Amino acid sequence: MMRTSRWVVIAALLTSYFFLTNEQDAYAMHIMEGFLPAKWALFWWGLFLPFFLVGLRRLVRTLKEHPEQKLLMALAGAFTFVLSALKIPSVTGSSSHPTGIGFGAALFGPWVMVVIGTLVLLFQALLLAHGGLTTLGANALSMAVVGPLVAFSVYQLHRRGLVSHRVALFLAACLSDLATYVTTSVQLAVAFPAPDGGVLASFLKFAGIFAITQVPLAVTEGILTVMVWNWLASYQASPLFEREKGA
Amino acid sequence: MKKNRWLFAFALVLILLPLWWARGSEFGGTDDQAERAIQTLAPHYRPWFESIFTPPGGEVETLLFSLQAALGAGVIGYVIGLYKGRSERKNGHDSRV
Repeated sequence: MMRTSRWVVIAALLTSYFFLTNEQDAYAMHIMEGFLPAKWALFWWGLFLPFFLVGLRRLVRTLKEHPEQKLLMALAGAFTFVLSALKIPSVTGSSSHPTGIGFGAALFGPWVMVVIGTLVLLFQALLLAHGGLTTLGANALSMAVVGPLVAFSVYQLHRRGLVSHRVALFLAACLSDLATYVTTSVQLAVAFPAPDGGVLASFLKFAGIFAITQVPLAVTEGILTVMVWNWLASYQASPLFEREKGA
Repeated sequence: MKKNRWLFAFALVLILLPLWWARGSEFGGTDDQAERAIQTLAPHYRPWFESIFTPPGGEVETLLFSLQAALGAGVIGYVIGLYKGRSERKNGHDSRV
């Protein structure tokens, strides 16, 4: 009975979501090259760099202490790599892509994904003209710092016993995806405050619209994350999955 | 693994539904639209830095994006296959549930 009612709620939420949204322009994904004024570009770079350095040190240490985790890290990196290449259509009539950060952050904690996420962004900025070098600080802060931190915090809900393991994983992936794009709109809003209404109006303009585009993608990312986890868990891929047996 | 089948179906619906729901639109990238939004908010703003390398044309860009996805998918397949093989060897039988 519990099961059925849960599905009814989900179906109702989805239906209302689809009916509330209509085609409109949306503003998301990474900030394009040159599109942040120099002082803001510098500001976000400055804020991002300490996180990256800590992340790099943690990554090196983890690899030294647990070389057997290398394989899973490659998997987490590849997951982010694939998902950020997939531009998925959304109900708003525009496309955006998921981040894939939540999976690795749940497995390894936030710091490893700071480095991995940054590398993916760098690849896209250099080869695909997607995002940019001047805006890399801002984009990495939203996707590779805020994303993993949110995912990791949400994932703690499971450790506290508040929600089941897979629900925590789903929420972690989903919310870190959304948080990334909320951060992006904050960054755009402070750089381009609206002539009337200022930063807040500008933020609402950026966030209100793009969040809608990102919602189904965030849910999709949550699902894909749980799927990969299920695979790994059924093969008891590593000690990381042992505690989960029978859960 | 049965659970995954349902999850996959649900994800597929979520991806395909917009194609029908918002039919008629071009599903342009949201970053291009952000560019336009910035130009309405700050009409005098000019980007002060250009991408070092821009894929020449949509086809090459598609190639690079699919390359990115293919590389990632390859690694994921390799790692999961490796774990599957290991767990099968350890259990001495097919571990599919």
